[in-house]
Amino acid sequence: MNEFLYVISFSILVTMALALARALAGPSVFDRILAVNMFGTKAVLLVAVVAFISGRADVLDIALLYSLLNFVGVVAALRLVERGKFYASVRPRVEVKPGEKP
Amino acid sequence: MIVDWISGAFLALGAFLSIIGGIGLHRMPDFYCRLHAVGVTDTLCSFLILCGLSFQAGLSLVSAKLFFIFLFLFFTSPTSSFSLGHNAWKWGLNPKGVKEHAPTVKIKVTE
Amino acid sequence: MMHYFSLASLLMILWLLLSGHYNPLMIGFGVVSVLITLLLSHRMRVIDEESHPVHLTGDLFKYWAVLVYKIFQANIDVVLRIIGVRPIEPQLIRIPFPQQDDLSKVIYANSITLTPGSASIEIYPDSVLVHTISKEGAQALIEGELADIFPIQQDEHNGKQS
Repeated sequence: MNEFLYVISFSILVTMALALARALAGPSVFDRILAVNMFGTKAVLLVAVVAFISGRADVLDIALLYSLLNFVGVVAALRLVERGKFYASVRPRVEVKPGEKP
Repeated sequence: MIVDWISGAFLALGAFLSIIGGIGLHRMPDFYCRLHAVGVTDTLCSFLILCGLSFQAGLSLVSAKLFFIFLFLFFTSPTSSFSLGHNAWKWGLNPKGVKEHAPTVKIKVTE
Repeated sequence: MMHYFSLASLLMILWLLLSGHYNPLMIGFGVVSVLITLLLSHRMRVIDEESHPVHLTGDLFKYWAVLVYKIFQANIDVVLRIIGVRPIEPQLIRIPFPQQDDLSKVIYANSITLTPGSASIEIYPDSVLVHTISKEGAQALIEGELADIFPIQQDEHNGKQS
């Protein structure tokens, strides 16, 4: 069973690599934050799988904590984009009504 | 033995869905569509992997912890993805490839 | 008072499940931390119907059961669209809320976002702007896929919010 868990953790690592590639290539800052959010969620799952590989149940607490930290980090980064002069002042705000073509 | 097979199937399906989500992150045309690809890995993929792990742990404190991890992921993922979409919309990022805009519709409102 | 009791019991269950030690000292620490948390949330005035909707617990569980089934269906749909079996046709639609108080609005918009294939991106006073990945998903939302199964609140709570 342990070898199978190694395969699972490797496929989660592949997904994390794909998310990192999107974070490096993303055209807008929101793509990058989205990819980092997905990276964090996959990191939580990876820590849970690693806890089962090593046989220590205490590692699960780290996964629990990291899921909360990841959420707070994403919301804080978005608040920084919204409030600060962080990439957001380049483009004027465009008002698009949902009935019209953009 | 059967439990091992069930948990193995759950884990394999979850890992498959996570790779699909990673591919979708690169195949989708614009930011708003990528939001849906990440939604797949946030809901069903994490559910399957954590469920498969808790089959291995059996009914114990470990599976309770796994359940709490799942609960936190499940409650925080719509909040963060709404926050992302809302910020991108307010910033002025227009969705690509929207062919037609459906007009405002009225569904029946429960009194 | 009901809300304080539900918050205290939830926190105590969380402590007992996460600590795993059942000697009197650790349980005593747990009781003390629960009391401190209750005091802090009382001073922050966050204990009310919005943070603890005890009045719709039963309906909420029924709603969640149906929602999990819908999420499962939507996941398969989005996976097929990522692989390329079905086409990707993004749509923007605006959907009115089934009920007008704040808690129902939050639950409705969050369930739309939680379902893969549709994400709410803007909240207006009477409606929500939704980005869907397909025409079929947009049509199903317009016809009231989620609104039909939405739990109906009692009148006493409806009146208080507005």
